[in-house]
Amino acid sequence: MAVTTTPEAPAGRGRTTADTERRIGGGLLDPKMLWRSTPDAFKKLDPRVQLRNPVMFVVEVGAVLTTGTAIAHPSVFNWTIVVWLWLTVVFANLAEAVAEGRGKAQAETLRRTKRETVARRLTGWQPGQTEVHEEEVPGTQLTLGDFAVVEAGEIIPGDGDVVEGVASVDESAITGESAPVIRESGGDRSAVTGGTRVLSDRIVVKITSKPGETFIDRMIALVEGAKRQKTPNELALNILLASLTVIFMLAVITLQPLAFYSKAPQTLVVLVALLVALIPTTIGALLSAIGIAGMDRLVQRNVLAMSGRAVEAAGDVNTLLLDKTGTITIGNRQASEFLPVAGVTAADLADAAQLSSMADYTPEGRSIVVLAKDQYGLRERQEGELQGAEFVEFTAQTRMSGVDLADGREVRKGAAASVSQWIRDGGGTPPPELGDLVDGISSAGGTPLVVAERANGGVGRAPGARALGVIHLKDIVKEGIAERFAEMRTMGIRTVMITGDNPLTAKAIADESGVDDFLAEATPEDKMALIRKEQEGGKLVAMTGDGTNDAPALAQADVGVAMNTGTSAAKEAGNMVDLDSNPTKLIEIVEIGKQLLITRGALTTFSITNDVAKYFAIIPAMFASVIPGLSKLNILHLHSPDSAITSAIIFNGLIIVALIPLALRGVRYRPSSASAMLRRNLWIYGAGGLIIPFIGIKVIDLIIQFIPGFGG
Amino acid sequence: MNGALAGWLQIALLVAALAACYIPLGNYMARMFTTDKHWRVERGVYKVIGINPETDQKWSAYLRSMLAFSGVSVVFLYGLQRLQHYLPFSEHMSAVPPALAWNTSASFVTNTNWQNYSGESTMGYLTQMSGLAVQNFLSAGVGLVVAIALIRGFTRSRTDKLGNFWVDLTRAVFRLLLPLSVIVAIIYMSGGVIDNFSAYHSVTTLSGGHQTMVGGPVASQEAIKNLGNNGGGFFNANSAHPFENPNPFTNWLTIFILLVIPFATPRAFGKMIGDNRQGYALVAVMVVIWLAAVGGISFFEAQGAGMAPHLAHGAFEGKEVAFGNPGSSLFAASTTTTSTGAVNSFHDSFTPFGGGIALFDIALGEIAPGGIGAGMYGILVLAIVTVFVAGLMVGRTPEYIGKKIRPAEMKYAALYFLTLPVVILTAAGLSIGLKNPQASILNPGPHGLSEVVYAFASMANNNGSAFGGLTGNTTWYNTVGGIVILLGRFAPEIFALGLAGSLARQSPVPASVGTLDTRKPLFVGMLVAVILILVGLTYFPALALGPFAEGLH
Repeated sequence: MAVTTTPEAPAGRGRTTADTERRIGGGLLDPKMLWRSTPDAFKKLDPRVQLRNPVMFVVEVGAVLTTGTAIAHPSVFNWTIVVWLWLTVVFANLAEAVAEGRGKAQAETLRRTKRETVARRLTGWQPGQTEVHEEEVPGTQLTLGDFAVVEAGEIIPGDGDVVEGVASVDESAITGESAPVIRESGGDRSAVTGGTRVLSDRIVVKITSKPGETFIDRMIALVEGAKRQKTPNELALNILLASLTVIFMLAVITLQPLAFYSKAPQTLVVLVALLVALIPTTIGALLSAIGIAGMDRLVQRNVLAMSGRAVEAAGDVNTLLLDKTGTITIGNRQASEFLPVAGVTAADLADAAQLSSMADYTPEGRSIVVLAKDQYGLRERQEGELQGAEFVEFTAQTRMSGVDLADGREVRKGAAASVSQWIRDGGGTPPPELGDLVDGISSAGGTPLVVAERANGGVGRAPGARALGVIHLKDIVKEGIAERFAEMRTMGIRTVMITGDNPLTAKAIADESGVDDFLAEATPEDKMALIRKEQEGGKLVAMTGDGTNDAPALAQADVGVAMNTGTSAAKEAGNMVDLDSNPTKLIEIVEIGKQLLITRGALTTFSITNDVAKYFAIIPAMFASVIPGLSKLNILHLHSPDSAITSAIIFNGLIIVALIPLALRGVRYRPSSASAMLRRNLWIYGAGGLIIPFIGIKVIDLIIQFIPGFGG
Repeated sequence: MNGALAGWLQIALLVAALAACYIPLGNYMARMFTTDKHWRVERGVYKVIGINPETDQKWSAYLRSMLAFSGVSVVFLYGLQRLQHYLPFSEHMSAVPPALAWNTSASFVTNTNWQNYSGESTMGYLTQMSGLAVQNFLSAGVGLVVAIALIRGFTRSRTDKLGNFWVDLTRAVFRLLLPLSVIVAIIYMSGGVIDNFSAYHSVTTLSGGHQTMVGGPVASQEAIKNLGNNGGGFFNANSAHPFENPNPFTNWLTIFILLVIPFATPRAFGKMIGDNRQGYALVAVMVVIWLAAVGGISFFEAQGAGMAPHLAHGAFEGKEVAFGNPGSSLFAASTTTTSTGAVNSFHDSFTPFGGGIALFDIALGEIAPGGIGAGMYGILVLAIVTVFVAGLMVGRTPEYIGKKIRPAEMKYAALYFLTLPVVILTAAGLSIGLKNPQASILNPGPHGLSEVVYAFASMANNNGSAFGGLTGNTTWYNTVGGIVILLGRFAPEIFALGLAGSLARQSPVPASVGTLDTRKPLFVGMLVAVILILVGLTYFPALALGPFAEGLH
């Protein structure tokens, strides 16, 4: 989207499933971001800010206490520890500041689009009324239920639904998409967003948001993380971390009497160092950055989550309800075959089909013209080419479209029943094989369009009506979607296709796309019932929707992604909005939700397993002088007690900085079964967490032993 | 047959016997707590105590019943000890002093059986039988029913009811502990354990000295002492006393019965939740840790340290020669991994690392297999903590047996595993730091430190075994010990029941391939690792200054 600052951002848009790079990436860490966030990192040293994070608060208190000691008893060792303790807190703040910094930049851009607008409010107006009285008010004064008129070149003053007129609107301010979109009254494309610009025509908008609660306001609040609330999993993890911190505090506090008894009392600096090394500072420092970055990854994909809770729920989803059109199949059906009846050549049928579709600008109609050209080399005729031809448009009543030529020949294509009736009306009889052809196509999941003609004795033609054949319209399943569904299955997610098609057609597409289940001839009530049924069994359901009809289901679903093109009702009901209006993105949202949780779990594991190495560095250093046997625990052969403790503390601080990119990007995620994922992450973050600090501490010790004061 | 081979056979036989009991005993326990049929004797009990056995209690009501029952038990036991000199069958014992009576009451009501006294010279037959032995049944029963209530948290959904404490406890006693105790007592008697009401005899020994031969209803108490993981011996020497544990057969039997119920409880769990493989996974964790403890202690005791043990092929100080090193090591590992605390040899005299492992076993919170019931709810809480971290790593809100681990559940689980380190470290730190309690330490240096840490770990975890070498019968150790014992027992039980209530209210989440499978070896391994690392990290400083400092030269 236009408001993102990272170069990766546009990658989220317009992805098709086939060419999607399968790794869920995130914004890379820009070194400049680190530098720019440093002042914020220092500002966050305020204890009131730290109090929100118990682990880092303990580190800060430790830093304050040891600073006192270092002032009273200055030494290289004391001051080195003090400096690194403060740095540890600063590094943690830096992680959070960097994560927030990106959001701030985005919010800044958004704010610029939220300029002062003057609204042309209509007074005493009701939809349909032609007589209007306008008054000019500041856009911020518009409130629920007001009507405002917007004309070409003007900015839409607030969120709302178009109640009169059609207009092309430039929504690039929020979606980053420069191509204008059509917004019209009625139907599912009526929603407009404040701050976007009308490019042509005139519309009347009914305002659906209160001042200060517009979509842009909410977006700004979201990307800034101003009202970020801890999500359930984050809370639970915080409880775990806090309790570990309490245990380690006690282990360290009670160590002193034990140390006295062992005739090896410890200084405050050493005890604080041990405490900080043991409490889970790595995850404690990065936890909030992980959460902010997770939301940010969604924003980069042009998805706005109304709460972090929704993002987490996305990771837990058991069932995905996917609309057939646009998600599983490319938006429209396409002609795939011409099937003539006996006595008609395929080329004749193609010619007639092409004629009847000349004025049919629906994607289906175009695909017929294209197929006729590709298969029979029929040149595309232009509308003006045929003198005196009269085109018959499709209507819901006739369910046919076609052309009446000047020579009296009439060609029609349309639904089998309607066209057959048209043939009978013209005195003809549809041949029995026509029924067979139609049924054959239907049972294969396609849509049959019957082509017929009536002639009143023109050149070379007998008068009367006759059927020519059938066009096979086919739903084209998106490339790569079957693999996606297979992946979903390995992740334990069931996919259900929702379609208005009849069960036969639905089944054929379901089979081809590999979706687990389908709901055919689905009404909004059916959708709702399906969601309820799944939820009763304890499952979490995600769905996309755009129409007002979808609003109840969107609200009921655990994750409801509303399309930005949809109605305000839908956007209000869902807990996420996809600015690209790309229903396939639901799958990515699920993956981002999972990645967020995995990152937290992985870094927690890493943080806890790190402690083992730190113990082996610090405990022998504390006691080996009095209890020489304990030097056998110094398995790293660290240079001196002072250098050992200092190395552990430096490692503890540096690992936070080293992991900031990982926290922001999220750990690598590939769809796989839970067992495979656990095994992989245990090896990397569990075993890695055991080994890496041994190496890190040893390396740091090798370096700092040359610093005067660590001679030992 | 040489000693080592005998040791191996002993272990192999034990594992085989425990495996044979796993399914039938576990299934029996599951049925016992799920059937709605009442025995006639149970109906009689319900009538006497005035409860309706059909009422289902909320977790808070269940908890209140449990606490009220235990509170009354403490008061009753305290009164019995203080007034025993007025009561019959007291063998002329005087009233037990207040601090000791407090400590002993707390100790027996909590299944700890820490004994700051010598049974044969402090407690009369009446106190032993109607006070201590009765509590041996009831305290074991209370532990078991808390575990059952927690399991019901998993099996039930959308309810706040966890069952009926009084019904569960009555069944635990009448259907499990009493019948098994009778059988075991008879076997003990046939194996040579005494059981009488004889007055004390004075005899002249071969060398001309005088010795008082005590009698008592030993076999009957011995059965529940071990079966219920109580561990409070009739005699001070506990299972090293020839009247309590006369020969290698009774020694093996003792080890078997103190392990049999805790090891079968995961089966009852699997049966109740309708997925036996979950039970196998937990019992696998228990077996791995228990075998490692057995192996570790056996190894270090067989090695010995110094010249004398080297010549004797093992560290024999403080061990009964009839049981040998293998029989003593197996016993020590089993009594410390359950919450039994019976001893047939003196852990104080073990090698530094052998004793260190015994201390570590207790510090594990006794979950491998742990005390009756206590081991089960202990390992379930640790499984929840493990599932939480592991569950996050598979990208879902962590769930265990179809229940989500949300902040509410995590709160109870965290409080649970926080309690014991807090209690143990605080009490041990104070005792070592303060001058007066420090004076109780008989051995100077790291060994003395191990003694104090062991004592509080043992009390808080309701083990009850003593490392020895510490004068425990002082006002400080009696009073603080009593507090530690009660906190170590009831705080975790409160949190376990709270957790059960929270779990029962949830709707179950169906499992899928995206769910972490807690029945797989991968999870078993991870749970073992979490238990060892969490406990290791918590007690590493204390272990370093105690056993490590003593053992590393």
